[in-house]
Amino acid sequence: MAFQAEDLNLEATELRLGLPGTKETEQQKTNNKRALPVEPESNASSAPKPPPSKAQVVGWPPVRSYRKNCFQAKNTDGESSGMFVKVSMDGAPYLRKMDLKVYQGYPELLKSLEDMFKFKVGEYCEKELGYNNRSEFVPTYEDKDGDWMLLGDVPWEMFFTSCKRLRIMKGSEAKGLGCAV
Amino acid sequence: MVKEARMNYFPDQVIEYIFGFVTNQRDRNAVSLVCKSWYKIERFSRERVAIGNCYAISPERVISRFPGLKSLTLKGKPHFADFDLVPHDWGGSVDPWIEALADNRVGLEELKLKRMVVSDETLDLLSRSFLNFKSLVLVSCEGFTTDGLAAVAANCRFIKELDLQENDIDDHRGHWLSCFPESCTSLVSLNFACLKGEINLAALERLVARSPNLKVLRVNRAVPPDTLLKLLMQSPQLVDLGIGSYVLDPDSESYSKLKAAILKCKSVKSLSGLLEVTSSSLPAFYPICLSLTSLNLSYAPGVHGSDLIKLIRNCGRLQRLWILDCIGDKGLAVVASTCKELQELRVFPSDPFGVGHAAVTEEGLVAISAGCPKLHSLLYFCQQMTNAALLTVAKNCPNFIRFRLALLDPMKPDPVTLQPLDEGFGAIVQACKKLRRLSLSGLLTDHVFLYIGMYAEQLEMLSIGFAGNSDKGMLYVLNGCKKLRKLEIRDSPFGDGALLKDVRKYETMRSLWMSSCEVTLGGCKTLAMNMPGLNVEIINENDQKELVLDDEQKVEKMYVYRTLEGPREDKPWFVWTL
Repeated sequence: MAFQAEDLNLEATELRLGLPGTKETEQQKTNNKRALPVEPESNASSAPKPPPSKAQVVGWPPVRSYRKNCFQAKNTDGESSGMFVKVSMDGAPYLRKMDLKVYQGYPELLKSLEDMFKFKVGEYCEKELGYNNRSEFVPTYEDKDGDWMLLGDVPWEMFFTSCKRLRIMKGSEAKGLGCAV
Repeated sequence: MVKEARMNYFPDQVIEYIFGFVTNQRDRNAVSLVCKSWYKIERFSRERVAIGNCYAISPERVISRFPGLKSLTLKGKPHFADFDLVPHDWGGSVDPWIEALADNRVGLEELKLKRMVVSDETLDLLSRSFLNFKSLVLVSCEGFTTDGLAAVAANCRFIKELDLQENDIDDHRGHWLSCFPESCTSLVSLNFACLKGEINLAALERLVARSPNLKVLRVNRAVPPDTLLKLLMQSPQLVDLGIGSYVLDPDSESYSKLKAAILKCKSVKSLSGLLEVTSSSLPAFYPICLSLTSLNLSYAPGVHGSDLIKLIRNCGRLQRLWILDCIGDKGLAVVASTCKELQELRVFPSDPFGVGHAAVTEEGLVAISAGCPKLHSLLYFCQQMTNAALLTVAKNCPNFIRFRLALLDPMKPDPVTLQPLDEGFGAIVQACKKLRRLSLSGLLTDHVFLYIGMYAEQLEMLSIGFAGNSDKGMLYVLNGCKKLRKLEIRDSPFGDGALLKDVRKYETMRSLWMSSCEVTLGGCKTLAMNMPGLNVEIINENDQKELVLDDEQKVEKMYVYRTLEGPREDKPWFVWTL
């Protein structure tokens, strides 16, 4: 079990100070591979980037969901930490997280989903109880009972308090659920 | 001729009597391997069994080997399920266990479950199947409602302990407490702090009034100070108290009465809760503080600042402290100078997604290590950590058994030197020869794993996230840590090379979790093919069709565990056993 010097490949683990953009950052990037979701390009060149947004790394800090939920419930003032739910889209390699608190209603939420995942779902049409666009995508959410519900059926407040996660369904699974067509 | 008088054997009864002193499960397992006779005696006299992974073995096999089973502990979901990394519906249901125990008429008296799915129907079955059932402890479980609790209350005539810790319970409000029959006077421990809904206060008062043996009482937020007063007056013998709502005016009569009642509670050693608080009314607890050995304020964000410090200054005998990071480094310095007997410290983030405000840093930890030499268990969420601090901590506290660090920014280097934290953690594993559990955090290269492999000889559980550079890192650990039982890794660049180097290793371990690493489907298949004694499970929540064909594809989440039972039958659609 001897650790031979040549096996250690010391250069690979050599620690150096350096500005971002030098080799050291390369190594960090390797560590980083699938850690953090890609941020939208909006203000790429503006002043110091915030640290990899803690809120966006799923499951970090490693705090039990029970505890997280307790504190989210407690933060009712302006400094609220938000109500983050996971968002998945069928076919996408990784999930995202969204803060439902920043939205006032369905139209905003849907627009945001469309921007985030680059798809179109159209508008929820009450008369037809579904989405009237011929999109193959249907926005759904999982409620407290573990059931998958169509986004938009219930009043926003009710949705907000019962939504555990979002899922953009596509293809055959979506048929019969949201398309009035 | 004189024959030597020699005892060639011990009668079985004598051996059994001696085995009665062997209580630790590992010791009993060892004892059972000595010879067939000892195996037989041991298995018939075994009353307590703990199964660390409910899928490692079937209930039937456990029951058949230990027919005298009275106390069962089960764990279900992988540890990372606590952090939302395991999808809902993954599994971990206790139903088949309860059904098998009921069918086989096992005389079950105690059940402890962690990270399992429990249904109301199962709680009902439990309550009706085991006449002598005494103790139910549920930790981080889900899937049941207060209706299930009502069944337990109503039917378990000799219930002593109902302990609910951090479960996700659907609260149908209120009536379950009334379901304890008037004849039920056996309660020793009642903890429902995690329930979110309203409580029938009168029923609670009556229940406590008829429970003279009550030692542990932890109530939820719905229990106000007036009720607390009545409860304390009924139970001055309490040893463990968890307070719900403590909102009251220090100038009020209620406060004076409560203060007087608390003075009579001379046995309280553990205090928790304070889910809602009027800080200025905390002095009522100072008399209790003097004898406290355990204090959990991790759900009490209302206790902070100077009120918190004043409270802590009274707790000279504290051995266990769970606190929020709003205590700050200065507050931790007060802990260090006051709590000389401290053995376990947990500092939780009060604002997990908050940006930037100074919580605790390496300074607080260094202060603690200097003031509390008996410290052996640590869970520390902090803003930053330095190698220098870790070196100091290692020198001050060589007795660590559990050392868990979590930086709020998971890949943060040493802010002073900008170096990775390899040397700091290296110092910890080198100094702490009894270390059994370690969680790493911060910027870390393969080097830290070299140290771990070299020095962490007693290490049983290792949690890694956002660390390492190459397969070498993981290999150092797998090669070096001979006693490793659980390895969980997320977001680190370890791939098939590391996974497949020594596949036999995983049979010596309980489980391996790898998510967002470099392991491919092909690698997992190879592992599964070579090790039939393992379940290699892949979790893929995305499109079902994509997964099937491409061996080159990286696996999002993999959970490998040894088992005697082959692939499990209760897998959801998104779990594949290869």
